[in-house]
Amino acid sequence: MQLKDLFSKLPSKGTRPMDKMPIKLPDALLRLGVVVVALVAAIAIALALLPASLKDRKLQRAVAIERVQATTIMYAGASQCADCHETEVNTKKDGYHRNVSCETCHGPAKDHTENPVDIKPPAPRDRRFCPTCHAYNESRPKGFPQINPITHNPMKACITCHKPHDPKPPTVPGECTACHAGIERTKSVSPHALLECATCHTTPEQHKVTPRNIRPSKPSAREFCAQCHGKESKTEGPPKIDVATHGEKYLCWQCHYPHMPEVHHE
Amino acid sequence: MTPEMAERLAELAKQVQGYIYPNDIDVHWSILIVVYPYLTGLVAGAFILASLVKVFNVKEVQPTYRLALLTALAFLLIAPMPLVLHLGHPYRGYEVLITPNPTSAMAMFGFVYAWYLMAVLLLEVWFAYRKDLILWARQEHGVMKWIHRGLALFSNDISPAAIEFDRKAMKVITIVGIPSAFLLHGYVGFIFGSIKANPWWSSVLMPIVFLFSAIVSGIALVILLYMVVVPLRGGTIDMKCLEKMCAFLFYAVIVDFSLEFLDFIHRLYESEESIKILSELVLNKLVISLLVMQVLLGMLAPLGIMVSIKLFNLNDELKRLLYFVSVLLIQLGIFSTRWNVVIGGQMFSKSLTGLTTYKMELAGIEGLLMSIALLILPFFVLAVLMKILPPWDTPSTTALEPKVAA
Amino acid sequence: MNRRLFLQRITSFLLALGVPAGLLGAKRAAASAKHEKGSDKPWYGMTVDVDKCIGCARCMDACKTENDVPREPFYFRTWVERYIITRDNEVEIQSIGTLTNPASEAVTEKEILRSFFVPKLCNQCAHPPCVQVCPVGATFQTEDGVVLVDDERCIGCRYCIQACPYGARYLHPEKNVADKCTFCYHRISKGLLPACVEVCPTQTRVFGDTRSQASPLTRTRHMSKIHVLKPHLNTEPKVYYANLDGEVK
Repeated sequence: MQLKDLFSKLPSKGTRPMDKMPIKLPDALLRLGVVVVALVAAIAIALALLPASLKDRKLQRAVAIERVQATTIMYAGASQCADCHETEVNTKKDGYHRNVSCETCHGPAKDHTENPVDIKPPAPRDRRFCPTCHAYNESRPKGFPQINPITHNPMKACITCHKPHDPKPPTVPGECTACHAGIERTKSVSPHALLECATCHTTPEQHKVTPRNIRPSKPSAREFCAQCHGKESKTEGPPKIDVATHGEKYLCWQCHYPHMPEVHHE
Repeated sequence: MTPEMAERLAELAKQVQGYIYPNDIDVHWSILIVVYPYLTGLVAGAFILASLVKVFNVKEVQPTYRLALLTALAFLLIAPMPLVLHLGHPYRGYEVLITPNPTSAMAMFGFVYAWYLMAVLLLEVWFAYRKDLILWARQEHGVMKWIHRGLALFSNDISPAAIEFDRKAMKVITIVGIPSAFLLHGYVGFIFGSIKANPWWSSVLMPIVFLFSAIVSGIALVILLYMVVVPLRGGTIDMKCLEKMCAFLFYAVIVDFSLEFLDFIHRLYESEESIKILSELVLNKLVISLLVMQVLLGMLAPLGIMVSIKLFNLNDELKRLLYFVSVLLIQLGIFSTRWNVVIGGQMFSKSLTGLTTYKMELAGIEGLLMSIALLILPFFVLAVLMKILPPWDTPSTTALEPKVAA
Repeated sequence: MNRRLFLQRITSFLLALGVPAGLLGAKRAAASAKHEKGSDKPWYGMTVDVDKCIGCARCMDACKTENDVPREPFYFRTWVERYIITRDNEVEIQSIGTLTNPASEAVTEKEILRSFFVPKLCNQCAHPPCVQVCPVGATFQTEDGVVLVDDERCIGCRYCIQACPYGARYLHPEKNVADKCTFCYHRISKGLLPACVEVCPTQTRVFGDTRSQASPLTRTRHMSKIHVLKPHLNTEPKVYYANLDGEVK
């Protein structure tokens, strides 16, 4: 069978629309072109028909920001409490808890500000609550008041002695150890266990009020430690060194940690 | 959160070593995201093999030209499935095409994929088959006739000029297609390689390594298919074709191995911050999947086999057996490579001080069964494609060959 | 036909495909929210003074309450890490209140070289990698410097979670979208403080407008040595750590 017999069914060359075109493109390319144009048109139409909420980035973001901003607020903020609870706020503002927000202990209270009569935030009274912050932990900053929750006045509720809004207790048995528990623990099993804090540190009263601002002093001369550790010292027991030559130009505590001085074995 | 989820996470928590950021406990990109680069890798590799015929005129590989194209197409069609299934909101997946974020590699990949599918692969398949589609349509009746006429876009021009145009077009498309194939799979490597937060992934070599392991796996797959399908149809394997394909496979494996070895040596030598956790990762979590499956079985063993085939004079049957074993091992090795990159990169925390585990589900949308299904599915698609577009010479084509000057 | 003609035709055909594609792409390119100099919008940041943190976890609790984060100990918008550096240079890290605390042998004061708590949260980076990689632009930076996630757009691909160097993001187990600290955007938009800042008993966390001339934030940034996490990754975090130890990851 000849090819031209197959072609006899189609319009003859020269009479088809594509033959009348100024540029003669190959048949394959033309057909592909049609497909491409159809595809592009379909995509363009689909995109045009899409609602703006699916296409407009700015709009979507504005809507998203609104949605985020509409999240329910749970914590009212400490400034809100002063409106009604002036007494407590006044008590608190000069005590050690002056920088602790009301909601830190009382929990989220936004609902309470909207309905103060029916919704009341809890007031923690359990002995297990205060150790959340005040239980001794080696990683807590030095000078933060810490206690051992098991041995510290067992069985008594914390609020028996410590009013939450002004937690300074009526009597403070260990003046420095109340806040410097870590140092106390360290020192108490060290060779310096029997030394009192005041032996080496002069502490102004103000340190108890603004501890980070006003600090106790540290010995500023080697001669201070030489009182016990110098060759000439009369004190029995402590290891002795020649102050003039030992340790180059450093102060003693720049090498030796005074609260746990390492023990030398001769 | 369901109790099952909480329990699963509690179990994972027990297996954490070292310190992980709390949110790092979960492996987010699961086995589906291992399957995906494996599939696109096969696409790129199969296409590169096909391009050897058209662009570099490697005549020996001609018998597998169409098979390679169809393989690429079958795998490319299935490749987006693991991605979509993995999304937290699969039905929003279209957003990537409508409002993509132009700074996102993943978003731009959607367009690379579309380009490769439409402008390269489909066009090439079309031009490769156009003449035969017309010839078959003239012989057939019923459904197949209309399928073939439709696929040919109702074209009926098989004049010498048209066929010459087809040939030239295929050459151009293949030339464009090679960098496009590189882009397709290199892009996946880029998506991983550009994440500075993850030192296992963040590397300039990542796209290159991905690409070469893709070429290895793609060529190996076509060889595998050729060695399986031809005997099934009762034909004989063309040893010259097979040898040539395996030669290219051999070169590709050498390059791939060199690149991965380079990456390894470079990391060890540079010894920067992440080396400690990465060493722990490999020695604690990736011993089997990396040292055994990827390197030993997936690379060294096939290399050894192929070298020994070159060195010793073996008979054809033994060679075929050894080649078959090699390509199977290579598939295993490349899949392990993907696993080690994707899962491995998530088994250590961004804290660089801790390791977590990956517990793969069996059932479930991101489970093992789904992954196996996704790996098998392309073969079914390929079977359908081979039925509609037979990659072998059929009686109708040979009988009706127009007399074209060679 | 000759080669030149052929190439001309093919080229014009391909170009014809490229132009509509290019136009579509150009229209889709969204302008990212850039903070312009002289804009009257705030540019929010936070300082964290590591020396003050007592590791009480009130911030973790308040955040989960305020932002409805799943209570299970696996998803956190903010968390607190504990570092123990021993005299033989071992560093042990835990995150408090999670199940992944390794059971550490009790470390005595004698063995400890340094120990401290470090709060962590989303750093609200000025150059955020998460915003860069989001394929649909669901996570974005507002004009006041907060990085938010659009719940309705997020497709849950988790690329942002992989891209965050700080582990600040997680996939919300119920909503199946990415989630993270928003600086309590719903609170700061109304002049309130973020929940974690509100409840911190020791003023470890200080929030404010980095551009303001007089604020506790500015003071901390003025008076302390400031460090950010992973500065070499060039994410330009806006959570500034004062007194940050070099061992912090």
